[in-house]
Amino acid sequence: MLKSKHLIGIENFPTNDLIKIIDTSFYFKKILISEERKTDLLKGKTLVNMFFENSTRTKISFTLAQKRLGADSINFTSSTSSVSKGESLKDTILNIASMQIDGAVIRHSHPGAALRLSEYIDGSVINAGDGSHEHPTQAILDMVSLKEKFGRIEGLKVGIVGDILNSRVARSNIFALKKLGAEVIVCGPSTLLPSEAKKLNINFSYDLDEVLNWCDAIIALRIQMERMHFGRLSSKREYYSKFGLSFERINRIKKDIVIMHPGPMNRGVEIDSKVADSENAIILDQVLNGEASRMSILYLLLGDNH
Amino acid sequence: MIESKNSKRVLLKNGLIIDPFNNKEFFSDILIRNGKIDSIKKSIKPEKDYEVIDCEGLVITHGFCDIHVHFREPGREDKENLESGSYAAIAGGFTQVCTMPNTNPVIDSPESIYFIISKSKNLPIDIFPIGAISKNQEGEKLTEMLLMKDNGAIAFSDDGSPIQNSQFMRLALTYAKMIDSPIINHAEDIALRNEGVMNAGSNSNNLGLKGNPNSAEAIMVYRDLLLASQLKSKIHIPHVSTKESVNLIKNFKKGNAHISAEVTPHHIYFDDSSINSSNYNTNLKVAPPIRSKKDCKALIEGLKNETIDCIATDHAPHTIEEKETTFNDAAFGMIGLESCFAAVNKILVKQNKMPLLSLIQKLSTNPRKIMGIESDLFKQGSNAQITIFDPDIKWIFSQDSVYSKSINSPFLNEELVGKVKFVFSKNRIFFL
Repeated sequence: MLKSKHLIGIENFPTNDLIKIIDTSFYFKKILISEERKTDLLKGKTLVNMFFENSTRTKISFTLAQKRLGADSINFTSSTSSVSKGESLKDTILNIASMQIDGAVIRHSHPGAALRLSEYIDGSVINAGDGSHEHPTQAILDMVSLKEKFGRIEGLKVGIVGDILNSRVARSNIFALKKLGAEVIVCGPSTLLPSEAKKLNINFSYDLDEVLNWCDAIIALRIQMERMHFGRLSSKREYYSKFGLSFERINRIKKDIVIMHPGPMNRGVEIDSKVADSENAIILDQVLNGEASRMSILYLLLGDNH
Repeated sequence: MIESKNSKRVLLKNGLIIDPFNNKEFFSDILIRNGKIDSIKKSIKPEKDYEVIDCEGLVITHGFCDIHVHFREPGREDKENLESGSYAAIAGGFTQVCTMPNTNPVIDSPESIYFIISKSKNLPIDIFPIGAISKNQEGEKLTEMLLMKDNGAIAFSDDGSPIQNSQFMRLALTYAKMIDSPIINHAEDIALRNEGVMNAGSNSNNLGLKGNPNSAEAIMVYRDLLLASQLKSKIHIPHVSTKESVNLIKNFKKGNAHISAEVTPHHIYFDDSSINSSNYNTNLKVAPPIRSKKDCKALIEGLKNETIDCIATDHAPHTIEEKETTFNDAAFGMIGLESCFAAVNKILVKQNKMPLLSLIQKLSTNPRKIMGIESDLFKQGSNAQITIFDPDIKWIFSQDSVYSKSINSPFLNEELVGKVKFVFSKNRIFFL
C-alpha cells in the first residue's frame, strides 16, 4: 500500500511511495510485453480523464493503462465540455465527482489545478500536468527508464537541457532525481533558467558540452520557438548551435550517454534527427515505460492491493 | 600625419613613461623590435639600424582606447568609414576603438560583426565592433549575441535607440550574462525627452528651443542600474550627462564590480550657456544634450573620485548639410577623436588638478578593462601600442587637425592644451 492517496506532485510525494511505484512498473512492463497484455486488477473501478489542455501521448497512455487494468474510464476535453460554455472549474469537477468515480486524471494549464481537484472529490487524483508546475507521471516514467538502463538511480549524473523555467517536466524530474540520490545539472539559455532556485539545490550551466561530458544521461526538453517573441531567445539557429543535441556535439564527447526526450520533439531545434534515432536514444522506450508506469500508479493508488 | 615605414627597431629616448596599468611614472627608454615591446630600461644605447625618436619633454604612455565611436560604415560612408575613422583615431592618440552598431544596415548579426572585423584587419588601429542588443535596434527581438560574440562582438548596445521596454532590458541583461559581455544602454526616456533638442533650463527657454530634462536620463540610469544589480549582469552607462546620474552610479557602484560609466569630453568642456542667441551653434547639438554648469561640475567630480571610469568621445560624424541648418533640424552628434586628449587635459588636468596618470587611466586602462581587452601594454613582448604627447603645449584646434571625413566639431578655434606627437600602432609609426 502507498501512504499517498493522490499523485499531485513529486515534491511532496513520499520517497518510499515513489520507489514502490517505480519497482512495480517493471512488473507491469512484463505484462505489457507478454502476449496477454491485459489484467483485471482494477475491474469495477471508474475513472475520468479530464484534459483541459491538449495532450496526445499522455492521454492515450492513461487511457490504455486503464483499459489494460480492466477499469472503466471516460475522457473529456475542455473544448467538448461545459467549460467552453462558461462553467467554472469547481462546478465542472463537482458535477463529475457526484457521478460516483474512483479516480480522476487531470491536465490543466494552471499550476495547482490538480490540488484543487483533490479538494473537491473523494477519489484519487493523478496530476497529468498542471501548467508549469509538475508532471509527476512523466518524472516516474523517466525514473523507470533510467533504472531500466542503468540498474540504479542513486549516484547517476543527469543533465536536463532546454526551457527549464517553463517546464513541468524539468521540475518533476529534478524533484524525483534529487529524492532518489541522483546528481542534476540543468542547462539552457540564461533567459530560460530560473533566476532563483536555491530550494532545488541543483547546479546550472550555460555550456552544454561541459554538461554532456559530465553526465550519464541527458534529457532534452521541447523548445517553443514562440519564446523568441518575448525576448527570451534570439533565433532557432543560435539555440541549436549552443543548446541543441546535434550529431557533431554528441560525437565529440568521449563516452556513451543516454539520450532522453519527453516528447513531442522538435527535430532540428533541440535535437538532431540522427541523435533522436540513434542507439543511445531511449525516447520510444520512455513511451512504453510510460504506459507501464501509469498502470503501476493507477494500480497502487486505486487497487485493492494489500 | 606622416607614416614612417620600415622601422624594425624603434628607440624612444628621454621621455617620461607613464604606465597606467602598473600605476607608475618614471624616466626611461623603450626599445620596440618588430612591433613588440622589447625592453624598457634607464638608458638604451642606439645601434645603427635603430630609428631613434627623441622624447625629451614628452610623455610616453599606452595607446588610448575609445569605447564609443560611430564610424558610419556600412551605410553612410560619406560621413565616415572604417578607414577614415581609424586615422581620426590615430590623430587623437587612440590605437583601439569600439564601434557602435547603429549603421545601415544595423550590426545585428554574426555576419555583420564578421564584416566589420574582416574589413578592419589591415587598418592602423584595432576595431572592436559592438553588436546591437535588438534586431534592427527596434527593442523587440534579441540578437544572436552568442554567435555575434563568437565572431568578435565586444559588447552590446542599441546606442541611439534607447531601450524603453523594461522587461526587454531585463531579458537582454540576462541573456548577455552567458557571455559576460557588457550591455550599454543609451539611457533616455523617450517620452520625457519630449522632442527636446537641448538641455531643459533657462537657456533653452530663452532660445525658444524644446528642452530635454535631466530626469529623462536619470530615470533610465536608475532603471538600468537596478536591473543589472539584481541580475548581477554587466552594465555600462554611456555618455553620462547629469548630476543625478553621477549620484546614482556612485550609490549603485558600492560593492558592485559590474557597473561602469563613461563621460564625453564635450559634456565636461561645454555647458548649455555655450549655445546662445548669437550662435545657435548646431555643432553643440548632441544626444544627450550639453547640460548645465552644475552638471559639468558633477561630471568632473565624478571623474576625479572614480565614480566615472572612463572618457569616451561618442565620435559622431555628420555631413555639413546636416549641420548647416536650423538647430531644430540639425543632426545630433559631433566628432571627437582628434580633439579629445587636448580638451580633457585642459579641463581635468590643467583646470581641475586631476593627476595626469589618472587621466591616462581613464583613456587607456579603464576602458580596456570594461571591455575585457588586454590592458597591460608595456609588458615585454606585447604588441606596442604607444602614444607620445606633449602635456603642456597650447594650440588652436583647427580643420588641419581633423582626419575624419566630417568636420562637425565645436572645438574648432578653441585653444586646447596638450598635443599628441607620435603614435605607435600595429607596427606602424605615425608622426603628427
